Parts: sequence; C-alpha cells; structure tokens
Amino acid sequence: MAAPAVEVRSLAKRYGRVQALDGVSLAVEQGEFFGLLGPNGAGKTTLISILGGLALADAGHAAVMGHDVSGDFRSARRAVGIVPQEVVFDPFFTVRETLEFQSGYFGLRRNGAWIDELLERLALAPKAGANMRSLSGGMKRRVMLAQALVHRPPVIVLDEPTAGVDVELRKTLWEFVRGLNAAGHTIVLTTHYLEEAQLLCSRIAMMRDGRIVALDSTARLLAAFSERVLRVKLEGSGLPDSLAPGAADEGGGWWRLPVSEPAHVENALARLREAGAAVASLEVSEPELEDVFVKIMRREARA
Amino acid sequence: MSAPAAASGFPTLLRKEVLRFWKVAFQTVAAPVLTTLMYLLVFGHALAAHVQAFPGVTYVQFLVPGLAMMAVLQNAFANSSSSIIQSKITGSMIFILLPPLAPGEIFAAYLLASMVRGLAVGLGVFAATVWIVPLPLAEPLWALAFAVVGSGMLGAMGIIAGIWSEKFDQLAAFQNFVVLPLTFLAGAFYSVATLPPFWQAVSRLNPFFYAVDGFRYGFFAHSDVPPATSLAIATAAFAALSWITLHLLRGGYKLRH
Repeated sequence: MAAPAVEVRSLAKRYGRVQALDGVSLAVEQGEFFGLLGPNGAGKTTLISILGGLALADAGHAAVMGHDVSGDFRSARRAVGIVPQEVVFDPFFTVRETLEFQSGYFGLRRNGAWIDELLERLALAPKAGANMRSLSGGMKRRVMLAQALVHRPPVIVLDEPTAGVDVELRKTLWEFVRGLNAAGHTIVLTTHYLEEAQLLCSRIAMMRDGRIVALDSTARLLAAFSERVLRVKLEGSGLPDSLAPGAADEGGGWWRLPVSEPAHVENALARLREAGAAVASLEVSEPELEDVFVKIMRREARA
Repeated sequence: MSAPAAASGFPTLLRKEVLRFWKVAFQTVAAPVLTTLMYLLVFGHALAAHVQAFPGVTYVQFLVPGLAMMAVLQNAFANSSSSIIQSKITGSMIFILLPPLAPGEIFAAYLLASMVRGLAVGLGVFAATVWIVPLPLAEPLWALAFAVVGSGMLGAMGIIAGIWSEKFDQLAAFQNFVVLPLTFLAGAFYSVATLPPFWQAVSRLNPFFYAVDGFRYGFFAHSDVPPATSLAIATAAFAALSWITLHLLRGGYKLRH
C-alpha cells in the first residue's frame, strides 16, 4: 500500500507553558484534499511547521510520503511544498531570481521551463523581472505559491492562503489548487473561511488546544453536526401541531423547522397548506460546516 | 509533475549569499574600503612620528596590512550576521529552512560568502593603497593563509551572532562590544611588542591578534609571534567557532523553533 501523504503519530510540542501540540495523530492519504481547521492557537501552524522542518517536535513521529521529517529530512522536504501564512520575501531579488534560487536550494538547476510555466499559470509572467518589493500583496502571495511548487512536490500545504486576499485572487487561487489536486497532488489546507473548506476538502480534521477533536469526511461531519433547515414566516396563524416536534419559534412570526431530506421541505409546506397557514416568506438553508465547527468547539469547551 | 532527481542546494545558497552583498557592493565593499583609507590617512598622518614600527618599515606601510586585515575581519562578520538577522526579521529565512539543505551546507554557504566579502574588501584596500604606499609582499602564501583563516573565523562568528540575535540592536551590541574591541585591540595600529607586559599578555588572548600579526608577516617577513604559531592558534579558533556554529545549526537553535 502506498505510504500516506502525511502521517503524524502522537506528535507533541511545547512552547514554554503552552502545549501547542498534545499528542496529535492523523494520516492524510495521497491525492486527498484535506482540511485542517481550528481557532487561532489550536496548533495548526505548529503541525505544519513540523512537517516542513521549521519546528522540531518534542515527541512523536511525523512523515511526508513515508519519509521521516527528521531522520530522512531531505526526502521529506523534497516531498512537501509549504505556503506559509505570512507574506514574506527577500527584497534583494526579482520574481524570477526568487524562483530560480528556490529551485536551486532543492538542487534543481535546469528548471527554467517549469518556472516559466508557473509564472504563466499564476499570471506572474509580466512581473518576472520586477523586484519583489514592487509587487502587490496578492502577487507576493502568488510568488510564495510558486516558490512552494518549484520543486514539484507531491504534497502541498497551504497555511491560510486566503487570509486578507481579495475575491478575484481567491477564485483563481482555488481554481489553481483544485487543478493541482486533480493532477494527483495531495493538498492540506488550513483556513478560517469554513465555506471554502466545505467546498474544497473531502476530509477534515478540527483542532483545539493542540488536539484533534474531530476527524472525518466532510459529508459525515455535516450529516452528524449540521442540518438542513426550513425557515418560514407565517402570517395570522401559529405552527400546526403536526410540525411542532423539533421546531423552534424564532419570533416575529418566523419558525425554524429541521428538514433532513430535501423531500421533507415539500412535506412541511403541504402540511402548512393543509392547516391553512399563510406563508409570507421562506428560506431553506443547507448544512454548513460553520455549524459543525461551532458545535464541536462548544462541545470541547464544555469538556 | 513528478519530482526530478536533485543535487545539493549548497551552490545556489552560496551564489545567492554572494549576490546579496554584490548587488549593493557600493555599500558592502566600496564603503568599508573608504573607511579603511580614512583610518590610514588620519592615523598614518597623526602617529607616523610617534609609533615605532618594524625595522625598515614605515608606520604607514606597517598600517596597511593591519588595517586591511581589520577590514577583512569586520566585513566577513558583517556579511553572515546581517544576512541571517535580516532573513530572520523579515521571515524569509523559511525559504532557506524549508529546502533539503543540511546544516553543513547552510554553514558552508554563509561562511564562504562571508569570506568572499571579507577578501573582496581586503583586496579593495590594497588596490586603493598600492598607488600611494609601496608594500613588499615577502611571504604571499602566509598572507593568503591568514586572510583565509581570519575571514573564516569571523564569517563563522557572524553566523553565530546572526542566529543568536533576535533584534538588530542585539546584533549591534555583539558587533560593538565583542567584534569591534577585539579587532581594534588586535594590533592593527601598533606592534604588541611596544605594549607593557600585562597588555601584551592580554593581547595574546585575543584570537584576532594572531590573524593580524600573521597576515603582516606575509608582507614584512617580521612579526611579534612566529607565523606558524599564529596560524595554529587562528586555525584552532576558526575550528572551534565552526564547531559551535554547526552545533547550533544541527539543533535548530533559534531557527527551527
């Protein structure tokens, strides 16, 4: 069986009094689009840093494509491309020089064709000769993505790539990353934009206080923790008794009815009609990862 | 998009570190050469009549190799230390830490780039003074050996200081309270033989002194300490600093948190 793209076991890391990682274990299979979610300080960036060798674990094991991140660090680092959270750059060099150096650090000397392709695909070609300092924030982010891809890593880790990024760039970024995933790359993504994670990730881990508190497919998490909801505004009448179980009065004539299947919407509306209730307004909301996130984090806060 | 076979990243890191100072050579090479010429002009003029140099050597002649070595030492230190602190503060250090570069490769690249900068400044000093101060070059290989070991010693020390410092003022403190006193008291301006015995003994504890004294031997075939002794001590200091640097890099001290 192929080695997991990312595998960590009982990973622990402490910074002073803060236990940044407290025995984290998970495996991301090759080709997955994996989401790593959690509030600030949950340990996501620490975990990513250990995968890239930017931080050293106190205990436990971490491997990329089967290569131990410390014992076989060269193979592990060749296998992973990390796009860091903060926009950082070397102000001495141009975009092309930046990519050529990054390529050279990985021991790749004749990589010009791939660099050209990256510049082209990330719409950086017109700025290839420009100094990094002169680039807009969005362009600098794209250069960082290109830097992470310059050695064609099978595993790509994006640490909050869309924080503070405009809508246009977000769209192009996701198209690009989806393309990489379709081409066989494993993607590990952390983001605070839960709708993005819901849309993109097939499996999700949620972290809190350095621990994994949920780990499942996005579909199963949604099914277990969120529901489809029908909200109706009734005029001149209350909710028929037959719909009362599970319903919630939101005030102002608005009622909230759980509808696990799309067909149940029709059913609920039929009952309203039968009861002679006048529906002034209605909306159906689909299950949301945000619900899942909030519920899991509340559950953990109580625990 | 499969990963091709790859060589070492060391040559690229070395090239990048050399380009980093070369792109601003006016500030990193020309400026220290000018500073050194100022020292030569001021001290050469003010002290020529008061300081006793080696027999048959004028004070200005005596000054040139010492000042050149001082510039080599200071600039070798400045190169690695400023590159590392800048990368750390801007965060671009991650681009060096993420690739598969071994601690030894990172060490060698920063060290060699520092040596190149130090030696470039040293050569600049000679190129600028050769017209005004005729110098013998009695033992060129000795001069070269001390230039290499001296620049290496300070290049390694610069890596240590860059790794240790978290802010520019900490690096400045290291530079002002360690490097500057040690280089100024290394005998660039005087022969330690003219010092009282106590200060002679203190000078001999300073590894930079051996680099300056031995380097000067390369020109005048005359020195305060036998050149082989100086080379042994300077090389030992270089080796010790290299060992410490490698040890820090291997453990990820202040780099891989």
